[in-house]
Amino acid sequence: MVTLAIDLAFILEKFVLIAVIIVISLLVALYTTFGERKVAGYIQDRYGPNRAGPGGIFQPFADGIKLFMKEDVIPNSSNKFLFVLGPAVAMTMAMLTSAVIPWGREIELFGRTIPLQIADINIGILYVFGVVSMGVYGIMIGGWASNNKFSLLAALRGASQMISYELAMGLAIIALLMLTGSLSLKTIVEQQSTGWWNIFYQPLGFLIFLVCAFAECNRTPFDLPEAESELNQGYHQEYSSMKLGFYLFAEYVNMFISSALMATLYFGGYDIPFVNDAALTESIGTNLMALLQTISLFAKVGFFLFFFMWVRWTIPRFRYDQLMKLGWKSLIPLALFNMVITGLIVLIKENGWPF
Amino acid sequence: MNITQILFWFLTVLAIGSSLMVITSRNPVYSVLSLIVTFFALSGHYILLNAQFLAIVNLIVYAGAIMVLFLFVIMLMNLNAETEPQKNKWLRFAGIIAGGCFLLVMVAALRDADSRAATAMTTYGETGLIQHLGKVLFNEYVVPFEISSVLFLSAMVGAVVLGKKE
Repeated sequence: MVTLAIDLAFILEKFVLIAVIIVISLLVALYTTFGERKVAGYIQDRYGPNRAGPGGIFQPFADGIKLFMKEDVIPNSSNKFLFVLGPAVAMTMAMLTSAVIPWGREIELFGRTIPLQIADINIGILYVFGVVSMGVYGIMIGGWASNNKFSLLAALRGASQMISYELAMGLAIIALLMLTGSLSLKTIVEQQSTGWWNIFYQPLGFLIFLVCAFAECNRTPFDLPEAESELNQGYHQEYSSMKLGFYLFAEYVNMFISSALMATLYFGGYDIPFVNDAALTESIGTNLMALLQTISLFAKVGFFLFFFMWVRWTIPRFRYDQLMKLGWKSLIPLALFNMVITGLIVLIKENGWPF
Repeated sequence: MNITQILFWFLTVLAIGSSLMVITSRNPVYSVLSLIVTFFALSGHYILLNAQFLAIVNLIVYAGAIMVLFLFVIMLMNLNAETEPQKNKWLRFAGIIAGGCFLLVMVAALRDADSRAATAMTTYGETGLIQHLGKVLFNEYVVPFEISSVLFLSAMVGAVVLGKKE
């Protein structure tokens, strides 16, 4: 008989936390699809979906049911195993990043202090990068397994675009890390909640990060993998039913997670603006404070989600060579410049003006 | 048997199994995907040894960047199991002998390595953490570190020159 030395309460606590975060991200992603259509309607001066429920509030569920009910076609000439694996990988990788984002400080429940973060690892940002670079595989596997020239071309487009913009994103983050001196997302948020938000120190870095986030999520103006005028439908051309739904859904989950990441890195994360968090915690208690902090984070995330949609319905799509030129010839030199300037300022701040 | 041991055996079986898949599967795309799984298993081992930085960099660089390029090339060449040329019988024989020799040398070299008595530090130890690694790289090993970055630069220039050739 082998006995397992496991802290059962710890495992249970993490399981509940993971389940809650996954359900919340899926719900947010679900309603982002609805929000997207409403925002599109508003910008194009029409109503948007308004039939299912009051104001069209049940529209995402109707869409979901529709996707589930459709016939699930697996093309004969496709590689069946990889064809199913593609959307699964896309969805999994989209969800994985949420593990290191701090959604609030902590709550006290049943005499335990539970931090509202699944894992506070000391390489948080690098973990995010690792997962983001894995996201390419969902698109590539799906596109190749479809055995369709357009899908393959779109998949290659998507992959090369993501690899190119990852570089500029990484360089933008390095400048941020020079200031914070930590890779843990929790520490970065704590630093911001006692002082200024990082956006004031790193405006250029944030701009680069924002553009790269758009490119990583395959959103307009960088949605070249889905350029229907050139590639029919893109890498998910052969997909139908919920497999297609997974691809579309993964995009919205990615949007949600990258919004949360931008809020965490540059906009103070769960910090409530203009409020002394420690003093407020004293007066209203830890749990209520955690709730307020989570609401604050979600308000910031909501703004970024709206920004994603706003850009989508305002700016037309780039041409592919313009996209590559922007990534390699503008953003990377700009990010390098930002990095050098930041390094100089950090050095001068630590050692004084040498001249 | 504690969690670390269970994880160790799971990762070991996964690593060996998937690396066997790399060389036995007929479809080159499956080979690349198995190699990615192998990298994941190895990263898991690094995490067990508390080398978090190494683990995640292994994933970013190898599984995230290099393997994507491999997959690119293989997908564009459209290699299928049917079109793969049958290898010469003698070539296979020579390969087995060469591999066996390499295994012998490895066993002989590792048999007397002084790491035999040392036990691996799991879930503790500071060596693999990023703060420690950064200090060591930029103090003790700064010259080799910079030389290797020059090497990367020259490789990059070489790639550009090759790409520019008409």
